[in-house]
Amino acid sequence: MPFIPHTDNDIRTMLDAIGAPDIDALFEEIPANLRAPGLPGVPPALNEMEIGRLMADFATRDGRPLNFIGAGAYEHHIPSAVWAIVTRGEFYSAYTPYQAEASQGTLQLLYEYQTMMASLTGLDISNASLYDGASGLAEACLMAVRANRKSKSQRILLPVALNPTYRDVTQVVAGNQNIAFELLPYDPKGGQTLVSALEPYGGQDITAVVLQHPNFFGTLEDVDAATDWAHANNALMIGVVNPTSLAVLKPPGQWGRLGADIAIGDGQPLGVPLSSGGPYFGFMATRTEHVRQMPGRIIGRTLDLDGKSGFTLTLQAREQHIRRSKATSNICTNQGLLVTAATIYMSLLGAKGLAQVAATSMLRTQQLVDALTRVPGARLAFDRPRFHEAVLLLDRPVKPVLEALARRGIVGGADISARYPSLGNALLVCATETRTLADIETYAQALAETMRNSAAAA
Amino acid sequence: MHEKLIFEHSAPGRSADAQYPQVPVEAPIPAALRRASAPLLPEVSELQAVRHFTRLSQLNFSIDTHFYPLGSCTMKYNPKACNQYAMLPELLNRHPLAPESTGQGILQILFELQEMLKEVTGMRGVSLTPMAGAQGEFAGVAMIRAYHKARHDFARVEIIVPDAAHGTNPATATMCGCTVKEIPTQANGDIDLESLKAAVGPQTAGIMLTNPSTIGVFERHIDDVRRIVHEAGGLLYYDGANLNAILGKVRPGDMGFDVIHMNLHKTFSTPHGGGGPGSGAVGVSERLLPFMPVPVVGQDGDRYRWLDEKDLPQTIGRLSNFMGNTGVLLRAYIYMRMLGRDGMQRVSEFATLNSNYLAARLRAAGFELAYPERRASHEFIVTLRREAREWGTNAMDFAKRLLDYGFHAPTTYFPLLVPECLLIEPTETESKEELDAFVDAMSAIRREAETEPDKLKGAPWTLPVRRLDDVRAAKQLDLTWKAA
Ligand SMILES: Cc1ncc(COP(=O)(O)O)c(C=O)c1O
Repeated sequence: MPFIPHTDNDIRTMLDAIGAPDIDALFEEIPANLRAPGLPGVPPALNEMEIGRLMADFATRDGRPLNFIGAGAYEHHIPSAVWAIVTRGEFYSAYTPYQAEASQGTLQLLYEYQTMMASLTGLDISNASLYDGASGLAEACLMAVRANRKSKSQRILLPVALNPTYRDVTQVVAGNQNIAFELLPYDPKGGQTLVSALEPYGGQDITAVVLQHPNFFGTLEDVDAATDWAHANNALMIGVVNPTSLAVLKPPGQWGRLGADIAIGDGQPLGVPLSSGGPYFGFMATRTEHVRQMPGRIIGRTLDLDGKSGFTLTLQAREQHIRRSKATSNICTNQGLLVTAATIYMSLLGAKGLAQVAATSMLRTQQLVDALTRVPGARLAFDRPRFHEAVLLLDRPVKPVLEALARRGIVGGADISARYPSLGNALLVCATETRTLADIETYAQALAETMRNSAAAA
Repeated sequence: MHEKLIFEHSAPGRSADAQYPQVPVEAPIPAALRRASAPLLPEVSELQAVRHFTRLSQLNFSIDTHFYPLGSCTMKYNPKACNQYAMLPELLNRHPLAPESTGQGILQILFELQEMLKEVTGMRGVSLTPMAGAQGEFAGVAMIRAYHKARHDFARVEIIVPDAAHGTNPATATMCGCTVKEIPTQANGDIDLESLKAAVGPQTAGIMLTNPSTIGVFERHIDDVRRIVHEAGGLLYYDGANLNAILGKVRPGDMGFDVIHMNLHKTFSTPHGGGGPGSGAVGVSERLLPFMPVPVVGQDGDRYRWLDEKDLPQTIGRLSNFMGNTGVLLRAYIYMRMLGRDGMQRVSEFATLNSNYLAARLRAAGFELAYPERRASHEFIVTLRREAREWGTNAMDFAKRLLDYGFHAPTTYFPLLVPECLLIEPTETESKEELDAFVDAMSAIRREAETEPDKLKGAPWTLPVRRLDDVRAAKQLDLTWKAA
């Protein structure tokens, strides 16, 4: 019996100890009218050899195209050591460190992670993870409502240049609690959020302002002006950030005169594979004064009975298992294993390595933009400084172009035309340190041929 | 054993040079946006990092190393094949927004997983996007709200939960903008139907139930509960944390539930990962189909594609940036295919056999079961109130002492309504020998409690640290390391 160790003898002895005639008798309390007649719709079992073959066939069918999409998930080199350690059973098959003394490995790692994330974001403290960046922003908005005692309005300003799915998820997760989200437009020339669009809100009760930096288009934002505006108007500042970029960009904790209040983002770039969208993890950092409003697990260092230092879950009075309907969030299981990957990744890269990854990705994206905009029918949408993504405008609908490229083994970017109709035919592209100049040339040639072979739309 | 912090292994100028581009590149960032000082990340060699994190791993208890009978968490063996074949390079490197034409393989896997979960739960539709049980709960209650709103039944904002419910249930109700009404559990473990009747009304949005419940028994009056709630106009939510107990024996859909979440990291053996990732796939009945969270995988002829807001205009929407914890879903798929239809029924049979055996043996060894008249499901509760009263040794002391004996502790102090409780869930993958050894350890600890209670109160003695001071942790917050 796969994964079940019982011998016939075991079964007999155990039933005798229980005093039951057979295993079926153990289900006697289930009303007879509800008993299921088995599971005919589930296929019969495969052994490991057979499932291995099946999975390999699925994988081969999908292949390994050359990827130029970012849009919230970034293909970076992952050191072999990261997943070799992450998949050790001692990390992989443990659970939430409820028994601290038997979980010091996970707990110390999380404490190290919190230290790294606090420093990376320039803030005081970090939690031990949320589900992903998008749901993390929803949690940050709910947290801001609790933390900003000067504000009663529950009004939060979101940029249009924020990843539109983050906006969707935030609306779904936080929207049930009567939070009103209002939109800040971006400059059609530069792609940056218009700080001048904040002016009409001056003097009003605004709970928080959200800024993504670099924003969804890859454009760098005027973070100082937006943060100072927020604080001058008694609003909290929430920064949505890419952790790789923080090796080279001024961190949220140093935005403006006072720094942002909450930083959140998706930790995927830190050693987590693309894996069709997950599992990734959300990170969140804030100032000490807001720690009791923070959702999620937090690890603290303390002393044991002998006065020796050790690590444990702390501030649990914020959490659902203690506070129930008054908890800061319902989150329980989070994304611990991915945090394990990120902590090992950051340790291997160090500040220097992470800065090299960031700078090389910027360079590759610039080279990609240069190569693709030489193709007739493709031009750059925005002229402001950017990180490692850019929006291209095509002279024809994007989807058929992407499909033609996919047939040539190239995943050419994300079609964002439907989410940003005013841009027209808009393609969001990204190149990280994993793309070579030869890869970029391959893409540029394929795009040129694709564009030549298909007519431009009217 | 003690392992220094990674920062204490650090030396300026050291790094794992093979891991990043070595040609120096300047990032062309405007001065006002440039980072002025480097973040505090370690400067260590690759070997130093590998050794540090390997040593940390060795400080953990885990399923691979220890019996881990953590009630309500289903800590069963995670087959190695599930990880190996979910990490094939093509699956691992696929971008979630790559065209569907380049992802027919993975879409087929996810579609078949949806179909299998429908069969196992008896529900009409499944969405795989929620990233853990609690997010599945959120999706479920949000669907219940959306359903009532679509019928212009705006008054239904109250969620009923039994007092034994997991903390995520009431916390979820609040997140969905609902209020919570608690109802008591009877001494025999079943819900108090009179209280339920008194609680329902035109304000009832629904009830959240775990069945078998969090006290480890099957709710025998589930038909009455369903009738009372449905007749009052409310819907039934099934918390699937305990699905392992009934796999193939009784299906939530057949019990009349309108919406359920499953914890794939419990029942379907995806790793717990030191606290996630999980997956909280949701299943729905006919009337909630239009409200499912997107994306969901659909089939057009022989092509698979994502169904989104255009296909499901009444959807509650998206819960993650892409499509949830896909890699976790792959592991669940592999596990389910390896079990097959018969193996899945064996899961509940042997989980229940192990649980009842362990309960019977502990009872014979002098421990008090919280619900001795009831048949245990896949888990059961021991109450140590006598041991606490007579010898001053409480459930936490027993739990900590178990660690010295090489066993992870059961869940302690949950559910809150049973005093000094241990919620014990052995799972089907444990051998009789392991269960017997656990009984021996519990019996030995019980003898110690009577004769040398300090052995329990000072426990653990043999782990990397002795018992930790939680009060100090919360009062003198030390949440990040600072260079001296
Ligand atoms: C009964 C019950 N409900 C809900 C949950 C929440 O699930 P998750 O931790 O995956 O969010 C748990 C798990 O811990 C549970 O035991």
